[in-house]
Amino acid sequence: MIARPSLADREDVLGGMMLAPALAYVILLVGVPFVFAILLGFSNATAGSLSFGWAGLDNYRAILSDPIFLRALRNSVVVTIGSQVLVVVLATAAAQVFRATFRGKSFARFVLLLPWAVPVSLAAIAWTWIFDSTFSVIKQAWRIFPFATVIVLAGLSSIPQEVVEAAIVDGAGFWRRLFRVELPLLLPVLAVAVLFGVVYTATDLGVVYILTGGGPANTTHVLPTLAFQRGILGADLGQGAAIAVFLLPFLIVVAIAMLRLAHRTEVGGAR
Amino acid sequence: MAGIEIRSLRKHFGDLHAVDGVDLSIRDGELLVLLGSSGSGKTTLLRMIAGLERPTSGEIYIGGQRVDGDVPPRARGIAMVFQSYALYPHRTVFQNIAFPLEAARLPRKQIDEKVRWAADMFSISRYLDRYPRQLSGGERQRVALCRALVRDPKVFLLDEPLANLDAKLRHTARDDLKRFQRQIQTTTVYVTHDQVEAMGLGDRIVVMERGKVRQVGTPQEVYEEPVDTFVATFVGQPPMNLVEASDPSLPPGTLMGFRPEQFLPRGVFGAGEDLRAFRFSVRRVEYLGSDRYVYGSVAESSTPDATIIAKLPGTIALSIPEGQTQEFAVPRRALRYFDAATGLRRRA
Repeated sequence: MIARPSLADREDVLGGMMLAPALAYVILLVGVPFVFAILLGFSNATAGSLSFGWAGLDNYRAILSDPIFLRALRNSVVVTIGSQVLVVVLATAAAQVFRATFRGKSFARFVLLLPWAVPVSLAAIAWTWIFDSTFSVIKQAWRIFPFATVIVLAGLSSIPQEVVEAAIVDGAGFWRRLFRVELPLLLPVLAVAVLFGVVYTATDLGVVYILTGGGPANTTHVLPTLAFQRGILGADLGQGAAIAVFLLPFLIVVAIAMLRLAHRTEVGGAR
Repeated sequence: MAGIEIRSLRKHFGDLHAVDGVDLSIRDGELLVLLGSSGSGKTTLLRMIAGLERPTSGEIYIGGQRVDGDVPPRARGIAMVFQSYALYPHRTVFQNIAFPLEAARLPRKQIDEKVRWAADMFSISRYLDRYPRQLSGGERQRVALCRALVRDPKVFLLDEPLANLDAKLRHTARDDLKRFQRQIQTTTVYVTHDQVEAMGLGDRIVVMERGKVRQVGTPQEVYEEPVDTFVATFVGQPPMNLVEASDPSLPPGTLMGFRPEQFLPRGVFGAGEDLRAFRFSVRRVEYLGSDRYVYGSVAESSTPDATIIAKLPGTIALSIPEGQTQEFAVPRRALRYFDAATGLRRRA
């Protein structure tokens, strides 16, 4: 007798069932608010009332002529780019260190991962002794750097040992190996790390909010903190949403560029 | 041009003695094959010559200059070809071959000339703009050789460079390699686990086992005059037959060794030949086209179940029925004697 196919044999049904919870989560908690935020950006909605009036591009016109917004935009760009440059350099250097074997390596690795694991509020409070906004760059780099180091380490270990040895035998010194062999092969991995970092930094609210709260005199705002202040604390949901959504087109472009870079070099680098 | 001297070289990884006291003299311009199974220490030995592995103790000289210790690979005048070829995947064939020249800071124009000359030699000129992933296994292997050759090394180190090629390609690649090595006459150390490759390529063969050198000699010496039962059974396919025969003319505890191709039906030999005869119970016959392998056992052996193999060339058309006992024989000059306890060769 042939057994009837059970649910375990129906991969189409089973697949759908297993995907459903994750799909529901993404749609309800990411998708809906996301669409909602975009819509709010074109409205004159305020917190506390349920009215929704179409305002067109009014909110965007308003923020673009607002010096506080422009300042926050500039801060966001500086912090994001600055911290990513720092992260790439530091993570590559740290990965080189962690590739070597030395006493206490596992402990050092644990310490390295700490900033990533520590709650943002705790970590930021520990850094409040420095209020200058430029230090926000360092602070963000400090938070993302462990994660990037782990990614770079994984990328380094995926470079075949024989290729590195071939470079050694071919007479390449440390720098030539790093810049001509290892970094080009790491490019796809670095692109992914930077992509994560950019999104993470550009959208982070906690660090700046706790460090400076945007002050003094609104000079240290980044886009997320300004959006929070205007939209939630100031109850102007429309403008808050416009500020929050403002970077979206740029981030999409960056994401596509990074993913293409990762993909292209991966294909080009395949053995 | 340089020979290599190796003196009491050791490499220990913890308790593992990967290379356990090796002395070796590699002559200028010769192709020396390090032959052994995996774990015999042949690759570790090669890597120590290259400078990729630091010896635990012992000395290495390349062209009279002592290089063990702190002399880095690039200062040793060596070039190496890896089993995986280890091409740089993000660089074109041209850029791959140019890499060692760039590292040596040669002027652009000279690099260009040398790369084209080397690529021409290996007939890969038309692939110069391609990436390694766009090449077949054989083409990649030639790029790897090309990259090694291009900067005139004093010594070539090859780590199983043919292992990743398919069987058909391996024959031509072997021939190319040998002709090329004769032409440039650069001292070459070649690591392989394939005894056919070792026999075919080597001016001399070093048979290694568990970190030690068992025998050094020409392919003929290693094949015909093995120093012990390990070499006797490792070199040659099928391996040498070993029979512990109760023979009054031999001291007790003597193993008698003979090659399968010397073990033939009695009737094949001429009348005047000095033969040692055996009663051979044939279990199974394998027809392999050019040869027949006959598996069975000999009654004279003190372990009568041990498998003995005869290799009959296609020119012997005699029928060998399975399950019957026939008289086979070995010419006495082809017999080799070993000590059953130590495995060492005994001169009879």
